[in-house]
Amino acid sequence: MKVVVCVKQIPDPATPYQLESGTNWLLRPDDQILDDTDRYGVEMGLQLAQASEGTVTLVCMGPAGNGQGIRQALAMGADQAILIEDDTLRGSNALTTARVLAAAIQRDGFDLVITGTESTDGYSGVLPQMLSELLDVPALTYATKVEAADGKVTIHRQTASGYDVVEASLPAVVAVTAGVVEPRYPTFKGIMDAKKKTVESLSVADLGVERGPDQTVASITDAAERTAGQKIEDDGESHLAIVALLEQRKVI
Amino acid sequence: MAAIWVFVEEEGGSPTTIGLELLAAGRQLGEVTAIYLGTGSDGAFETLGEHGANSVLHLDAGSRLPAGPVATALAARIADQAPDLIIFGQAYTDRDVAGRLAARLGVGVLSNAIAVRLADGGVETDHEILGGAQVATASMTQGPLLVLIRPKSFVAEAVGGPMPAVEEIGLPDPARSEATVTESHVEEREGPQLGEAAVVVSGGRGLGSPEAYELVERLGKKLGAATGATRAIVDAGWVPYAKQVGQTGKTVKPDVYIACGISGAMQHLVGMKDSKTIIAINKDPDAPIFSIADLGVVGDVHKVLPKLIEALESREG
Repeated sequence: MKVVVCVKQIPDPATPYQLESGTNWLLRPDDQILDDTDRYGVEMGLQLAQASEGTVTLVCMGPAGNGQGIRQALAMGADQAILIEDDTLRGSNALTTARVLAAAIQRDGFDLVITGTESTDGYSGVLPQMLSELLDVPALTYATKVEAADGKVTIHRQTASGYDVVEASLPAVVAVTAGVVEPRYPTFKGIMDAKKKTVESLSVADLGVERGPDQTVASITDAAERTAGQKIEDDGESHLAIVALLEQRKVI
Repeated sequence: MAAIWVFVEEEGGSPTTIGLELLAAGRQLGEVTAIYLGTGSDGAFETLGEHGANSVLHLDAGSRLPAGPVATALAARIADQAPDLIIFGQAYTDRDVAGRLAARLGVGVLSNAIAVRLADGGVETDHEILGGAQVATASMTQGPLLVLIRPKSFVAEAVGGPMPAVEEIGLPDPARSEATVTESHVEEREGPQLGEAAVVVSGGRGLGSPEAYELVERLGKKLGAATGATRAIVDAGWVPYAKQVGQTGKTVKPDVYIACGISGAMQHLVGMKDSKTIIAINKDPDAPIFSIADLGVVGDVHKVLPKLIEALESREG
């Protein structure tokens, strides 16, 4: 099975994000990490490819920087990566991103495309479906469990009240939630091997993609701040302060 | 008057709460048509009317996963009737349909909005960024205009409208390949729903181990609360995704929110900072959660929670 996993390099969420003045676009430092949520997609892809003696290709859009994020995913065991990097893609919305990813995926063909449910930095949460429309295949979303065999994919799809079992024939797009599988940690050998793996770099012109209509961020304003209340050190009796507040709020 | 279409999904025979919130968002902007996805019934349509829907376009996807066929049917309708704005919720099926529809129409989507306005032939939306410390105002002018609104941004309220006219919209024949729902499982749930509970008890990485989440559950049970979690422990597989509170999870605004072993990453704060009262227990005195907590206890959850649970038990006598 030919598995494609969409991954994203993002600024480390532990450091405050910086916005570019004027455009209010997120500034992307050289040093970016693999979006943590993508580790689940990569792991899922590796397991499904392994079971079918297939391959895993990573597809990533955005500035390469030092490429550390992509190397992280390659070190987990993916076979190769395609990186679409182009200055004209700065500030792209989900639609343009989906068009770029779809074009790269279509170029080499696929049986299964795996994405996360939403990125940590942009979190628009609509990309998997956009991708599926552009690839003209079904999207099976919010997957908490995935099985693929005999040209068919079956998932457990998280719902508000439980889960649905959803199936479709391949090719298809599957968007996985965190926790769908336990992502492996790269081994030393994996890290060394990753350095030798191919990362193909493509531009918008290579793919012939047209940028979609943009949305703009006109202004950023400070929100009304919530102020801190009382802070106490636990001296063995701090639970009584909680009980008192719960009483005051008539919870108990 | 502007024509506003509002996507409302059915659950358990009635419109979802988020769907009714969206109707409140829509009716302040113009004349509302509800796009109702589900089995449909007079009772459900009546509720849509009471919440301000002037008319209803009804679609029933049956066992088909809705996004594909519903987007196809809606795209045709949109081409025909050119609504000024289409509103969806930041919810599972809404996101699926909106994403598929947007790609089909060749337009973007403004996601995660907390407020929406019509402006200069386009739409303007507010979005919380940096954990809610700042608000970004975004706009889009090329229609059809699609917006996804976060839960709890508007208050669902019956305003007493009449029974709306309902038009049935047929779905296209199944595509070459389409996703099908073969089974539905409703998970037994004790206590109230996370999004609607008056009290929420959540746990984070500070619990130290998945087993310690039991403390959160026990406290939750004592208070009749729903239980939630941070993304960190959902990602770690300690609790299911459905419990995640935050930017990429659920938004909650309970009367009381108790954060146990939660440091207060921006990702989490955006989902709970509008709770009326926030109580936080965390070992690190510099944890960001304390900057928004009404009562902050600097201490070990493994020590404080058992005592708290015990104190609540002894009150019950």
